[in-house]
Amino acid sequence: MTWSEMQPLLTQGTIDTLYMVLWSAVVTVAGGLPLGILLVLTDKGGLLQNVLVNKVIGVIVNIGRSLPFIILLIALIPFTTWVVGTFIGPSAMIVPLAIGAIPFFARLVETAVREVDHGLVEAVQSMGGSIPTIVRKVLLPQALPSIVSGVTTTVIVLIGYSAMAGAVGGEGLGSKAVTYGFQRFDNQFMLITVVLLIVIVTVIQLIGDGAVRLLARRGRTTS
Amino acid sequence: MITTTGLTKVYQSRGREVTALDGVDLHVREGEVYGVIGQSGAGKSSLIRCVNLLERPTAGTVTVAGQDLTALAGRGRRAGKELREARSRIGMVFQHFNLLASRTVQGNIELPLEILGVSGQARTRKALELLDLVGLADKAKSYPGQLSGGQKQRVGIARALAGEPKVLLSDEATSALDPETTRSILQLLRDLNQELGLTVLLITHEMDVVKTICDSAALMRNGRVVESGTVTGLLATPGSELAHELFPVGGTASGPDRTVVDVTFHGEAAARPVISQLSRTYNIDISILGAAMDTVGGNQIGRMRIELPGRFEENVVPIGFLREQGLQAEVVDGEPAGPAGIPAQTPAPHSKEVAK
Repeated sequence: MTWSEMQPLLTQGTIDTLYMVLWSAVVTVAGGLPLGILLVLTDKGGLLQNVLVNKVIGVIVNIGRSLPFIILLIALIPFTTWVVGTFIGPSAMIVPLAIGAIPFFARLVETAVREVDHGLVEAVQSMGGSIPTIVRKVLLPQALPSIVSGVTTTVIVLIGYSAMAGAVGGEGLGSKAVTYGFQRFDNQFMLITVVLLIVIVTVIQLIGDGAVRLLARRGRTTS
Repeated sequence: MITTTGLTKVYQSRGREVTALDGVDLHVREGEVYGVIGQSGAGKSSLIRCVNLLERPTAGTVTVAGQDLTALAGRGRRAGKELREARSRIGMVFQHFNLLASRTVQGNIELPLEILGVSGQARTRKALELLDLVGLADKAKSYPGQLSGGQKQRVGIARALAGEPKVLLSDEATSALDPETTRSILQLLRDLNQELGLTVLLITHEMDVVKTICDSAALMRNGRVVESGTVTGLLATPGSELAHELFPVGGTASGPDRTVVDVTFHGEAAARPVISQLSRTYNIDISILGAAMDTVGGNQIGRMRIELPGRFEENVVPIGFLREQGLQAEVVDGEPAGPAGIPAQTPAPHSKEVAK
């Protein structure tokens, strides 16, 4: 393939990959953040201690995390079709991508929130703060740098997942690499998609690290 | 102002029951600084957390400013609206300050005001006013990470005062600070107590804290209050353990045929030169073996260990003179361990505090 043949494929692939990854990341954060916080709050000794809810969420999260993504992808086809109307194409891929990443992200949020000093929670309780206040004014702001770093990791995992999704009816760089690089034995094309993926991952990691540094600059000493 | 009756807290820990508080009755009067002292594990922390119900007492009641907080607690773990409102009227400062690192000093002080629903401008005004009160007017825009320990605690105190509480709870507020900073923070608490009429309940393991600012004190051991009362009242109580710890005196007889007497000064008698009167009246030489005196609220209080020549039998009259003067005089027998009545588990009251 000549460069002029490759270029539109790569451009479209990159756009599709970013489209899938960014939208599924938005859904993942929207779903994983409350789940992660709920895992901490309902835990033993937590502010909303509820063993049953905690166990149920924990089991769901663990099942979600232990399924290989490619299996989840196929297993979710009926569900995806029900939600989006089709299971093919970048928009349809957002569903399995988000469902695959939510448990992963929820655990990262759980760890980040758990690390918040309990003394701060106690201080806000002593001021008469309610649980929503504690979450909004203490847990989230204090855990924010760790959560942002978790978002970065999740987005990078999603890029990996999206390449797999490409093999099962998705679009994006993964699908292009499979179709043109693998099935047509075009090593040059394969190489270029790999380099492109590396560049995308690196840029996202750099942006994430920068954001964490910016947040952490606010004098994040434990006190 | 603060009354607890039969306050009991039992923790369940891996099927075992640990009693942290065992029927504590405490009465803190309005406008006083009340110190609860005890070693770690004595239950102090549980006690102060039960006062604003951060910990739910297993049994007993807590009344703050006439309001029965235990009645507001409800059944679940969550604090209802009424309890949260009651808490907002009780300030609390912590050993490790518990400031939000992600907020500026001003932002930290505004936090309780946000919870109270105070509008933006009023919050700023109040926060700056409080910063001025604690002597940190220039640090509004700093982050806690940029402050020293003493400054952080000042921010903690300013934050605790934001809701204009009548009661301030202090949980080992000075335990993480060096002696000099401790003194300045205690002075600040004392000033606030006097200027704002703030009732302060503090817990500490440092006798110095009690001695410096407390009007009243309670000694806790194994979840019980062993002794309590006003500091002067405790001094007047013969054999009071707290008085011995607050004003420790040491020293043993320089030889046989000597009488060692512990004299406790409190009230009016402390203002008179009793020792020199004694010396002149009976024409005896008196050695001072040790003394721990302090001026609290303009009154000299404290204890002194003196040595009189001759055996006890020969000194009955001088000792009677001391007692006539309104002083307490306890004869110390030959035991170097100190006055009788102190259980062995109290580690050498005579050496521990004198060294400071």
